[in-house]
Amino acid sequence: MGVEGIGASVVRKEDRRFTTGKGRYVDDIKLMGMTHAQFVRSPHAHAKVKSIDTSAAMKMPGVVAVLTGQQIVDDKVGNLICGWAITSKDGTPMKMGAWPAMAPETVRFVGQAVAVVIAETKNQAKDAAEAVVVDYEELPAAADIRAAIKPGAPQLHPEAPGNVIYDWTIGDEAATDAAFKSAANVVSLDITNNRLVPNAMEPRAAIGDYNEAEEHFTLYTTSQNPHVARLVLSAFYNIAPEHKLRVVAPDVGGGFGSKIFIYPEEMVALWASKKVGRPVKWTGDRSEAFLTDAHGRDHLTKAELALDAGNKITGLRVKTYANLGAYMSLFSSSVPTYLYATLLSGQYNIPNIFAEVISVYTNTTPVDAYRGAGRPEASFVVERLLETAARQLKVDPAELRRKNFITTFPHQTPVIMAYDVGDFGASLDAAMKAIDYAGFAGRKAKAKSEGKLRGIGLSCYIEACGIAPSKAVGSLGAGVGLWESAEVRVNPVGTIEILTGSHSHGQGHETTFCQLVAERLGVPISQVQIVHGDTDKVQFGMGTYGSRSAAVGLTAILKAMEKVESKAKKIAAHQLEASENDIVIEGGMFKVAGTDKSIALPMVALAAYTAHNLPDGMEPGLKEGAFYDPTNFTFPAGAYICELEVDSATGKTSFVNFVAADDFGRLINPMIVEGQVHGGLAQGIGQALLEGAVYDSSGQLVTASFMDYTMPRADDLPSFKLNHTTTLCPGNPLGVKGCGEAGAIGASAAVINAITDAIGNNKLEMPATPDRVWHAIHG
Amino acid sequence: MYETTYHRPSSVEEAAALFAKGSEAKYLAGGHTLIPVMKQRLAAPSDVIDLGKIKDLIGVDVSSDAVTIKAATTHSDVAQSGPAQKAIPALAYLASLIGDPAVRHRGTIGGSIANNDPAADYPAAVLALGATVKTNKRTISADDFFKGLFATALADGEIITAVTFPIPAKAGYAKFLHPASRFALTGVFVAKTKAGDVRVAATGASQNGVMRVPAIEAALKANWSAAALDGVNISADGLMSDIHGSSDYRANLIKVMAQRAVTAAG
Ligand SMILES: Cc1cc2nc3c(=O)[nH]c(=O)nc-3n(C[C@H](O)[C@H](O)[C@H](O)COP(=O)(O)OP(=O)(O)OC[C@H]3O[C@@H](n4cnc5c(N)ncnc54)[C@H](O)[C@@H]3O)c2cc1C
Repeated sequence: MGVEGIGASVVRKEDRRFTTGKGRYVDDIKLMGMTHAQFVRSPHAHAKVKSIDTSAAMKMPGVVAVLTGQQIVDDKVGNLICGWAITSKDGTPMKMGAWPAMAPETVRFVGQAVAVVIAETKNQAKDAAEAVVVDYEELPAAADIRAAIKPGAPQLHPEAPGNVIYDWTIGDEAATDAAFKSAANVVSLDITNNRLVPNAMEPRAAIGDYNEAEEHFTLYTTSQNPHVARLVLSAFYNIAPEHKLRVVAPDVGGGFGSKIFIYPEEMVALWASKKVGRPVKWTGDRSEAFLTDAHGRDHLTKAELALDAGNKITGLRVKTYANLGAYMSLFSSSVPTYLYATLLSGQYNIPNIFAEVISVYTNTTPVDAYRGAGRPEASFVVERLLETAARQLKVDPAELRRKNFITTFPHQTPVIMAYDVGDFGASLDAAMKAIDYAGFAGRKAKAKSEGKLRGIGLSCYIEACGIAPSKAVGSLGAGVGLWESAEVRVNPVGTIEILTGSHSHGQGHETTFCQLVAERLGVPISQVQIVHGDTDKVQFGMGTYGSRSAAVGLTAILKAMEKVESKAKKIAAHQLEASENDIVIEGGMFKVAGTDKSIALPMVALAAYTAHNLPDGMEPGLKEGAFYDPTNFTFPAGAYICELEVDSATGKTSFVNFVAADDFGRLINPMIVEGQVHGGLAQGIGQALLEGAVYDSSGQLVTASFMDYTMPRADDLPSFKLNHTTTLCPGNPLGVKGCGEAGAIGASAAVINAITDAIGNNKLEMPATPDRVWHAIHG
Repeated sequence: MYETTYHRPSSVEEAAALFAKGSEAKYLAGGHTLIPVMKQRLAAPSDVIDLGKIKDLIGVDVSSDAVTIKAATTHSDVAQSGPAQKAIPALAYLASLIGDPAVRHRGTIGGSIANNDPAADYPAAVLALGATVKTNKRTISADDFFKGLFATALADGEIITAVTFPIPAKAGYAKFLHPASRFALTGVFVAKTKAGDVRVAATGASQNGVMRVPAIEAALKANWSAAALDGVNISADGLMSDIHGSSDYRANLIKVMAQRAVTAAG
């Protein structure tokens, strides 16, 4: 592998600028003549906008313009779209209400923008925003799923009667019902998957910059996928044609899914920059992030498991209500359907699965993909059911899982997914060994003698990543293809630039992607530059989400590398008067195998660009591109085990141990993989113990700041023990599967299974706060 | 933040004079309460008068029978004061539990008790130890100082200059952290005076802010031990109830934290 090649824990190149405060984020960018935007946001969850009086605000110092929702409608800026069409079980398309970038008539969640003030300074914009007088007529609000679906509930959108967006099913209902009828045992659970606020460290920001002479727009934005942003802004929002719009996503301080989507604020900044003829910057504050970044999760589920007399699973039946908030965000429709129900087979051989998913509108912030997106919800359902089944049947939870594991591959589940490879038993073994599972009973007894409640919980997760095959997602309703593109440029002096459509906002691509080049060419990673996040530089790209950057993005780079290497070998062979087939690449040298003849990469590159002596007919230059579209998803899987103690007097949970055994296929940089797992586990544990977005019945967000929304902190978390078992992914040449979401997908079930084991009461909702745990113990 | 005028007086008298001149002046100490509300535009003082640099307001004095903390002394300075740790370890310990290092290096005792957040830590110590609050005008006993949520006996413009804590025979503090804010979801300070009296104060629990807990005081007076509280029943009436803790949970915490505080006190 070499010191910087694949498999080496190379220190992250990008961290020097991040840890010394030299990162360049959107808010760091200051353009000549730049103005500042402040949105006027609804204080009500549901109201008619009767009138907006901007006259006083217009007279305030420094005010350049005050623009309203009606103006954005008048300018024919398109409504926000949802990019994945879902069809209900009755064959009707999903029922989507209109979402204008600023509300001209009706507001449907607290924080929705109705107007924007543009001023010379942010403070002046804030002052003037307070002077905008909006006359609201309050309407009754439906603040959660139950309130939205009950008879007589407030109606959010005329398009969606009863607030139901779609009622979608997957699997064979009749066969699944039959499996339940003939089951020896049935296990059932009611599950709430709590709503989360993403809280990336950097709040969202945007700068719109219109150049009148060129009729050209530039948008600087906090995006995980700038090309997708450009496509949507031009094709659907009518703000600028694609060739007249450059989207730049510079350093981005975390996304976790929440920066996939194209938000109203970006649209308004871009549109307003043309209206006022000056650059317009908006930087959200933390309060705006709580109220307007797309939230995650928020399901209510009834789940049932059927087993035969030998404890083999014969069926799984699930009914889920998913809260999509007040409007359908960009990929919201796919999260509780194709990213959720298709993973309900977990790691198990389940012959019959049927799931029904009903997505509803509520007067809350829109809900969309958040780290794991659908898969954490699925894994939680499956792993809570398995644990509950083991307790009900009085069998060891590890044994029950093992008995039902899928052991032959490829494996077609009843819910679309075809698992390509895996060794679930190996991960479980590794995790059990790491935590000394066999010794747990003794530890529990000892803890009991000291007055402590100790519990252990397993979670064997699987996810579909590398969100990918364009043809497959297209057939399921996706509005985009999910390939990735790359360009490899070898400069005349032999340094290398890799242009990638993947976007790095914390993942470490600037290091791992270089490692592939180091591996193949034997050049130091200091000679390689990763270029991303700018539609003017990078050909195209679908961006970073769904743990797809290695499996899809890096493979695209590999494909382009292969083309570059092939051409370079031809040039080297020509220069060395050897046969192209005899050329091998080693340590940055092109060598004629079995001889001492060689030529260094820079000389090959120089030859390509001077073009003085190239093989006949060869084009000058050394630069190649590739688009890569895989044939399947990848399937990272693993086993997490959590051991903890509960203080029965206070309900407080303390971790004893948390072990992970993940199978991510080949690891490019084990240190970065560990970091990804740590972060994912923190979010999964955060969901289980700490985090939960709560609205009151009027639709006000109660947890609208860190004083009430419990973000995980270092001392809330155990020291993780990570292990890896490896089956190489056959779907891509690198054998990689992806590691970005695993922790968030698998951790929460392990924690809840452990707490419920400790307290001997299975009725416990997330977040399992001390208050809830104490009530579960004491009633 | 709205525009404001910042002043940095060098004496208490100068501060009070500046306050009287301002139309809607506010004192500033550590700023860890005032600045966030100003940034959120929920407070708009015309003048901000910084007490944090007044030398007479900084320091910890320990005598044979009392610990006096001057008003602008930071939590960190109290937590790390050797003499304070020796005289009333529970008090220094309480200061060490406030917020995080940044908060402890800015926040002050004067700001904390003037603000009287119902979940703040210091009020529990002030009340349980029977401290006296000194101002530029008078001396106020702990029992008269706290007047409910965010309300105190302070008159408009009155400056806290110091808080004097009598050194008890025994004292202990136990805090159950609010999961999000890390203030006290419930914190209980127990103290046994040198005269044998017992005072117990709970913070974070009551809808009216810091409060004495007579049932626990009585039980501990009879028998200073954690076990003495086993049978004590704390009513949930009047206690706060929110997403982090229902009133019955807080009632339980009052008892459990009191037991742990007694154990810590020895
Ligand atoms: C993130 C965070 C976590 C925190 N965690 C905790 C915690 O765990 N426990 C806890 O108890 N507290 C906590 N606090 C509160 C903090 O410790 C301070 O005690 C509090 O902010 C007030 O003190 P200050 O010096 O910052 O006062 P300031 O914010 O400067 O002032 C607060 C108020 O007191 C007035 N005031 C200040 N000094 C005087 C004086 N000498 N005389 C009269 N009036 C005065 C001011 O005018 C203002 O109205 C936390 C704060 C933050 C920001």
